[in-house]
Amino acid sequence: MIDAIETVRVGLIVVFVLLGLFFSFVSMVGVLRLPDVYSRAHTASQADTLGAGFGLAAVALTVGWEGAGFKSVLLLFFIFVTNPTAAHGIARAAFEEGIVPWTEGDERR
Amino acid sequence: MTLVDATIVAGYTVADVLLYAAAGFAVLAIGMLYRAVKGPTMQDRVLAVNVLGTNTVVILGLLAAALGEPTFLDVALVYALLNFLMAIAISKFTVERGGVL
Repeated sequence: MIDAIETVRVGLIVVFVLLGLFFSFVSMVGVLRLPDVYSRAHTASQADTLGAGFGLAAVALTVGWEGAGFKSVLLLFFIFVTNPTAAHGIARAAFEEGIVPWTEGDERR
Repeated sequence: MTLVDATIVAGYTVADVLLYAAAGFAVLAIGMLYRAVKGPTMQDRVLAVNVLGTNTVVILGLLAAALGEPTFLDVALVYALLNFLMAIAISKFTVERGGVL
């Protein structure tokens, strides 16, 4: 049997894993269904960053601070910094290459 | 008894939950592979591979926690670095004079 603080920890792990799965699912639906590269970059930078953040927070709670938790928090911070930066770079490259943004009434791409 | 072996409900341990979540993330990554194959422009493909790499990092972290192998986290760190470098490098090389960031 596990004591009270460990029960809270396990509950938080389960909640974080489920939230991470939910936001990654939202990101997948967005990447598959949105009409052009700019809107896809938007969902890839926001929803997927939050999903990965929740998943890595669950990992950090599981491994604990005395173990490899520091590496896991470092990974979380790194993902939070670099994922929107990469999406921004890709969207800007698409704009400089001359891809016209989708507006209402256009054909889906 | 460590935390990973703690039973949550109906015989499922924390490690089971983490492994099932890793399987779910893998399924989502396979779904995103459709955009990487189909995507009309090249930036669509780069974006899909970038998101897929982020999912791979999360899968590696979940496996490290579930199987009790802390070295997987080092692999995940290196993978996240290479993923970021790949996205930035490709988006710089496809634009003339490379003034993206």
